[in-house]
Amino acid sequence: MTDHTEAITTARDEAGEARYDRTAFLVMLAILVVAPAVVYPVFLMKALCFALFACAFNLLIGFGGLLSFGHAMFLGTAGYLAAHSAKVWGFPTELAILTGMAASTVLGVFAGLLAIRRQGIYFAMITLALAQMVFFYALQAPFTGGEDGIQSVPRGKFLGMVDLTNNTAMYYFVLAIFTLGFLLVYRIIHSPFGQVLKAIRDNEPRAISLGYRTDRFKLAAFVLSAALAGLAGATKAMVFQLASLTDVHWTMSGEVVLMTLLGGLGTVFGPVVGAFVIASMEHYLSELGQWVIIVQGVIFVVCVLAFRRGIMGELEAWLRGRRK
Amino acid sequence: MFDISIPALSGQLLIGLINGSFYALLSLGLAVIFGLLNIINFTHGAQYMMGAFCAYFLLNKLGLGYWWALAIVPLAVGASGVVIERLMLSRLYKLDHLYGLLLTFGLALIIEGAFRFQFGSAGLPYAMPESLTGGFALGFMYLPGYRAWVIVASLVICLGTWFLIERTKLGAYLRAATENPTLVQAFGVNVPRMITLTYGFGVGLAALAGVFAAPIYQVSPQMGSSLIIVVFAVVVIGGMGSILGSVITGFGLGVIEGLTKYFYPEASNTVIFVIMAIVLMIRPQGLFGQR
Amino acid sequence: MKLKMKTLVAAAALALTAGAAQAQISGNVVKIGVMNDQSGTYADIAGPGSTLAAKMAVEDFKAKEKGLNVEVVFADHQNKPDVGSQIASKWYDSDGVDVIVDVPTSSVALAINQITKDKGKAFLVSGAATSDLTGKSCSPNTIHWTYDTWMLANGTGTAIVKTGGTTWFFLTADYAFGHALERDTEAAVLKAGGKVLGKVRHPFPSSDFSSFLLQAQASKAKVIGLANAGADTTNAIKQASEFGIVKGGQNLAGMLVFLSDVHGLGLDKAQGLIFTESWYWDLNDQTRAWTKRFVAQNGGKYPTMVHAGVYSAVLHYLKAVAALKSDDGTKVIAKMKEMPTDDILFGKGTVRADGRKIHPAYLVEVKKPSESKGPYDYYTVRATIPANEAFRPMESGDCPLVKKS
Repeated sequence: MTDHTEAITTARDEAGEARYDRTAFLVMLAILVVAPAVVYPVFLMKALCFALFACAFNLLIGFGGLLSFGHAMFLGTAGYLAAHSAKVWGFPTELAILTGMAASTVLGVFAGLLAIRRQGIYFAMITLALAQMVFFYALQAPFTGGEDGIQSVPRGKFLGMVDLTNNTAMYYFVLAIFTLGFLLVYRIIHSPFGQVLKAIRDNEPRAISLGYRTDRFKLAAFVLSAALAGLAGATKAMVFQLASLTDVHWTMSGEVVLMTLLGGLGTVFGPVVGAFVIASMEHYLSELGQWVIIVQGVIFVVCVLAFRRGIMGELEAWLRGRRK
Repeated sequence: MFDISIPALSGQLLIGLINGSFYALLSLGLAVIFGLLNIINFTHGAQYMMGAFCAYFLLNKLGLGYWWALAIVPLAVGASGVVIERLMLSRLYKLDHLYGLLLTFGLALIIEGAFRFQFGSAGLPYAMPESLTGGFALGFMYLPGYRAWVIVASLVICLGTWFLIERTKLGAYLRAATENPTLVQAFGVNVPRMITLTYGFGVGLAALAGVFAAPIYQVSPQMGSSLIIVVFAVVVIGGMGSILGSVITGFGLGVIEGLTKYFYPEASNTVIFVIMAIVLMIRPQGLFGQR
Repeated sequence: MKLKMKTLVAAAALALTAGAAQAQISGNVVKIGVMNDQSGTYADIAGPGSTLAAKMAVEDFKAKEKGLNVEVVFADHQNKPDVGSQIASKWYDSDGVDVIVDVPTSSVALAINQITKDKGKAFLVSGAATSDLTGKSCSPNTIHWTYDTWMLANGTGTAIVKTGGTTWFFLTADYAFGHALERDTEAAVLKAGGKVLGKVRHPFPSSDFSSFLLQAQASKAKVIGLANAGADTTNAIKQASEFGIVKGGQNLAGMLVFLSDVHGLGLDKAQGLIFTESWYWDLNDQTRAWTKRFVAQNGGKYPTMVHAGVYSAVLHYLKAVAALKSDDGTKVIAKMKEMPTDDILFGKGTVRADGRKIHPAYLVEVKKPSESKGPYDYYTVRATIPANEAFRPMESGDCPLVKKS
């Protein structure tokens, strides 16, 4: 789906890319480490969770070529399970997050098996329909609390030592999770598995003719994406101590598409940038109510018409042009 | 649960048909647009909503009633569709179809947000046309006259559209233009204009459904978004390019949903999606699709 | 020597109290945060009107003359608990907001209830309905002002049965709030000697009720109880009129209906609807005078009971702050429970230990179009439920704050 006009890269180009990536990563990390001194930590945590969500989504669309319009089902399901396990079963925070992640992974397997059979528009429609079913289930199931959601989720202590009710401590915990998730996505993208995935994205019939079981690769990518989206959702539930219907609603699926599109489909840092931009916009424009939705729509339209590579995509293309 | 009374059941079936007419009308517009242009028109729900609002304004600002609205609204909203196609959609034909989906999704957000900003969410009342109030005491239920009108009118429109596209020369040109635009253009047919008009026509159908909805559902900015996802499911089940498929599926699913509301109402929201998941597994191109 | 000691101690005491008094109004400003749905389903019920009501209360309180700096801010929670929680946390943590007011949508109110308790601030609920706020979720930092589900269910249920509506059929929104409304109303109906002939749960939200209304019609119950709210209620009412339900002799009972809903429906569709509210603009000269002021600044839209509740709550809050010379949340709420309330809208009343504000409730019926003499002249008051009967008895609420005797 991304228009990749990459020339065949040489080993030197690849080393250059790796150096660029490393520098960018360190800069990003440095900014994030000092940010809470200047910016409200709860907002930063929200942005980080969405950034991880967008990275997970980007894995599927940017590198797998599959547009899922139902990714909220993973975010929300993990959130509900994490919240429930922390509040009702008394799990400590880390274990609750892992529980949530496990739930979304399982959901990812089932959803993937159904959805992978089709491509393109049909794939998007199936994921949308599945997400709708999850939404209506969440609306009616007693354990999710329906409209109320699961509230007053306790945060507890990390490893029994660090008190997570302190927002600053929680921030660094969330930052650690985000960094792990981000690095994992990076590893996947640059691994042999990732290369095959990109090949499938670019030309599936050729990949099949080379002997690859493309269905398996696509399913694996789907499940990985679901798991990481679940990690984001579970963490988010612990940050806000609340799991609600918003996280399984189809507008949330639309938002992650927006973040990734704006940031740059198929780029490494794009989803992070896109998530921060959208989260900031929602935060600072929240007093304007409906204008947030209108602005989101405008960004969609503008990106699709004139800005398809997204912020990081355009930036990287410009940098690459300069390097040559 | 199974002590069915035939009168009650017949009532529910009739209600199901009425709802089915809305599904059929809306999925008709979507199927025309997708079948002929390969665009997923996510804006369809917003255009349906604009149709209802347009009818409201015609009545309350210009004093033009329901029957005027039926004629004017599809043209007005259809014209806005033409503008969208000319300015934005036409640039995306060379790209992956998913970009069209994203564009129309963004447009839907803009339109719905703008209407919500302007009108709030409470909804506006639209008076039912005098000639259609009252109803028929059918014995097993009281059928409001307006609902009977909706069934009849949508059947006529659906069959009329099908006939237009599948059986007339104009329709033949349209179908040919989608399959091989260059060749058809070489024959002197203005293909871009046909595409634009087709999109406008699909949008007009959505707006017409909006006018039908105005007297019985609240005219509110979110009336489209709650409906649109269900209609997508209908179109996917029917087979995304098949016009007859969408119409039959629309009516059929309306009936199935109606029955679910009677036997197991809690599931009536999800039943269409469950059916869609099943159909996609067994027959991925939809019940009537050919791809 | 002794004199010097005494003066020293006296001076020290004076200095301490003076310093302490200044420090007790945080940031030297009493900041009131009005949080509700500014542009969505509940915008007309609360929305910008509530901000206006709060500002009117600050004006009428004459804060400046009493030496208090008062500021009113507002935010849109979009009916989402996560958005509401984030705004509340930010307001309390970094914006110096001392009290949050209004908050329709019970799920958001419950979230804010918890946050307010954790941070020791104050929360005055006008818009939300759940009676849990003075029940199992009661808190020393929250007062539930205008109405709640118990009052609605009991008022409407009992009163209708007493006036002859003895058989009921419920149309319930299939989610927690709808179930709660149905449960409470059913209990009230049965207690008053009525019968429930059937119920049907409709998906939430729904736009088409024809199938459920048919079932209600077939049951031949005298009263069809609409255990839902917002767009569901108005859509159901609209379609009921289409199917000739009221003309066929059945009455519709709305469990949660506001003046703005009736306005949106129009009298020809809403006539005959019976429900309970705790305030109406046309009750007496004082409410009418206040309404006139409100309407002039609200673009011609008349106030709902939620707006009136915000006004009354903010006024009482400011009185308590002035008396205590402090805006410490827990202390002010305790003071508000101590002081009896008195304002031009609700008259005299009290706040109970469980945080429930007590005032009379009114059973109203929507007028026929021919009976209405002016804009928003929509209700006939059918009965007044005295304050001590209108709300759930304190002992039955499971509120941990209430000592069981």
